[in-house]
Amino acid sequence: MSVAIATEELSKRYRIGELQSAYGTLRDSLAAAAKRLVQRDHAPHYEEIWALKDVSLEVPEGQVLGVIGRNGAGKSTLLKILTRITTPTSGRAEIRGRVGSLLEVGTGFHPELTGRENVFLNGSVLGMKQREIQGRFDEIVEFAGVEQFLDTPVKRYSSGMSVRLAFAVAAHLEPEILLVDEVLAVGDAEFQRRCLGRMEDLSQSGRTIVFVSHQMQAVAQLCDRAVLLEKGSVTLDGSSADVVAHYLQKVGGSGSTRFWPDLETAPGGDLIRLRSVRVVEEDGEEAAAVDVRRPVGIEIGFTVRRFGEVPIFPKVKLVDQRGNVAFNAIDTSSRWQEPPHPGDYMATAWIPGNLLNEGLISVQVDVCSFGATKFVHHGGCADAVSFHVQDPGEGDSARGRFTGQWKGVVRPLLEWTTEER
Amino acid sequence: MTDTELEVRERAPAPDPERPQPTERVERVTVIKPAPRWPHLDVRELWHYRELLGRLVWRDIAVRYKQTSIGVAWAVLQPLLTMVVFTLIFGYVGGFASKGLQYQVFSYSALLPWFYFASSVNLASNSLVSNRGLVTKVYFPRILLPLAGVTVPIVDFLVASVVLVGLMFWYSTAPSAAIILAPAFLLLAFVTALGVALFFSAMTVRYRDVPYAIPFLLQSWMFVSGVVLPISEFPEYAQWLLALNPMTAVINGFQWGVVGAGAPELGKTLISVGAAALFFVVGLWYFRRSEPKFADTI
Repeated sequence: MSVAIATEELSKRYRIGELQSAYGTLRDSLAAAAKRLVQRDHAPHYEEIWALKDVSLEVPEGQVLGVIGRNGAGKSTLLKILTRITTPTSGRAEIRGRVGSLLEVGTGFHPELTGRENVFLNGSVLGMKQREIQGRFDEIVEFAGVEQFLDTPVKRYSSGMSVRLAFAVAAHLEPEILLVDEVLAVGDAEFQRRCLGRMEDLSQSGRTIVFVSHQMQAVAQLCDRAVLLEKGSVTLDGSSADVVAHYLQKVGGSGSTRFWPDLETAPGGDLIRLRSVRVVEEDGEEAAAVDVRRPVGIEIGFTVRRFGEVPIFPKVKLVDQRGNVAFNAIDTSSRWQEPPHPGDYMATAWIPGNLLNEGLISVQVDVCSFGATKFVHHGGCADAVSFHVQDPGEGDSARGRFTGQWKGVVRPLLEWTTEER
Repeated sequence: MTDTELEVRERAPAPDPERPQPTERVERVTVIKPAPRWPHLDVRELWHYRELLGRLVWRDIAVRYKQTSIGVAWAVLQPLLTMVVFTLIFGYVGGFASKGLQYQVFSYSALLPWFYFASSVNLASNSLVSNRGLVTKVYFPRILLPLAGVTVPIVDFLVASVVLVGLMFWYSTAPSAAIILAPAFLLLAFVTALGVALFFSAMTVRYRDVPYAIPFLLQSWMFVSGVVLPISEFPEYAQWLLALNPMTAVINGFQWGVVGAGAPELGKTLISVGAAALFFVVGLWYFRRSEPKFADTI
C-alpha cells in the first residue's frame, strides 16, 4: 500500500506576540523602534512556542486518520501546513494526490456574482481546471438543485442554497486526499452535517482522510486510526478507539465539579448562564467515582437572566470513553412547562443505579428549548464534568460473579424470568 | 461467473467518456518545505495557476462593472474630469507648458497611463487584505492577487482610451510612428506598479495603517511624473533625478508615440527602466519574504 501523506519532523514555531496581535500599525512599530533607539534598548524579546514539534506521520492510502487533542495542541496548525496555507518552520511533508479540504468550501464565493459565475470562480480557487468545471457543470448544478437560480446573484440565495452550491462544487473536486478541520469548519448545523456526510462518502470510496475533531464519538466511529497531539507533538498513535479512550481518560481531569463564578463569562447567553455542574451521590456529596449499584445525580446550577419566551428545560448527555452517547435526558416535568422567569435554579438529574457500564463517563449539560426539529441550546458545556463508574465486585451487580471484560454502553440489571418446561 | 464480473465492475467503474477523469493521479506529489531563505519567483508554478489568475481578474472586472451603477462611465469620467480641471487651472490660468500640444491633449494623454498606474497600485496594494478569505483558506501563489490587481485596471485604461482618440480627432493631433513602442512603455508602467504594489500589499498585511498612506503617496508621485507639467520644463539636473521615477519615462514615451510629442531621451529612459526593474526586484523580494506569514498575520 502506498503512502498518501508522509511528514518528517514537521515543526512550526510562532512567536507569542504574533499570535496575540498578528498585525499592528506601522506608526506604532516606528514609534517603538525610535523609543528603543533613544533608550538604547535591545530588540523586543519574543517568547516562542512550537505549535508543532517534530511530527512524523505516515498515512497510507485509503486510511481515515483522526487527529485529536486539546485546543492549541497543534491540530489546526498541522492541517494548515498540509493544505499549504502556512509553511512549516522546519521539517518536510510529501503528499501524493490532489488535496481537498472542507475548510475551503465556498471560499471565494462572491455575493455579487451569479450562481453560474461562482461555480467557475470557486472551482478555479479549489484548483480545478476550466475544462474540468465545464465538464461537470451540469452535474454540479443538478446536485445543488439551483437550476432556476443560476443567473441570480448569490447574495439573493438563501443560506441553505449557497451551502448546497458550495458543497456541490467541492463534491465534484474529487480529491484523493481530504483534510477536514471540524473545529474550524464553523457554520450552521446544516453545514456541519454535510461536512460529516461528505467525509463518510469519501471514506467509503477509499480516499485518504485526515480528520481533526473535538467530537470523540465521530473520531472513534469514522476513523481507522487516531493520533493524539499534545503541545505540538504526537503522544499517542493507535486505533481510534484506543486513542479516544485514552484521551477521554486523560481529560477526565474535567473532574466531578465545575463552577463558573463570573456570570458574564459563564457558558450561555442573554437568557441563560450556566453556574455550576456537580456529580453527586444520594447524600448530596460530590463524587468522582461512583458505585455502579447506587444512583448518581448530575446537579446543574444555572441563572435565568430575563423572562423567557418559550419553556426551557435542563438536559444531560452522557458519553462513554469510546465516544458513544449513552443517552440524552431532559426534564419533562411540569416544572418546565411555562416560559421561565429570572432567578437561580438548581436542577438534578438522577441516574438510577445498575444502569451504566463501568468506566469514565463524560457529562454534557445544556439548557434547551424545543426548536422545530431539534433542541435550541441556550447555554451548555460539553464535557462539563466526568465520573468513574466502578463495580466493587460484590456479586450483586449486573456482573454477577464475572470479572472479565463487559461490553456495552449501559449495563442494566434486568429482571429475568425463566420457567422450566 | 456473472457474480464475479459484477463485483469487479463495482470496484473499478468504467471510465465515463463524458466526464474528464482527474489527471496526474499518481504523479501529483506535493512537497511541503519551509520557505526558502532566498525568495524567488516560481514561474513554473505561476504558469500552473494561470487559469486562476484569469478568474481573479475576471471576477474583479465583473464585480466592478456590476456594482457601480455608472460602471463603464466611471472609467472615463475620472480621467476626463481631472483633465478638465487641470486644463482650467494649469492650462488656462497657470499657462503651463504642454509640449506644444493643446493642454487638453497633453493632460489627458498623461492622465491615461497615470490613472492606470495609480489605480493599479491602489487595487493591488489592498489585494491581500481584501481577499483575506482566500488567503486563509486555500493555497495558491499569493502573488496572483497583486498580479490580478495590476491587470484589472487595464480594462479601464482601454475604455478611457476611446476619449483620447476623440480628443485627438477634435484637436487634429496625429500619433507618430513611435506608437508601436507605446505597449512597451505601458509594460514599464505595469512592472513598476507591480513592484510597488508587491511591496505595499505585503506591508499592508503587517501594518494596517499603510493603506491610508498610499493615496497621499500617489498624489505626490503624480506631480513629479510629468502629468501636470512636462518633465522637460524642469532644470536639467532635476530631470536626471526624476528619471529615477519610471512613470516619467512611461508618460513621456506614451505621449511620444500616441500624441506625437517629442522623443524622450534614451539615457533618461534607460535610467527609468533600471529603476522600474529595481522597484520590481525589491517589491518581489519583500513580498516573497513576507509570504510565509501572510496566513498567520492577516
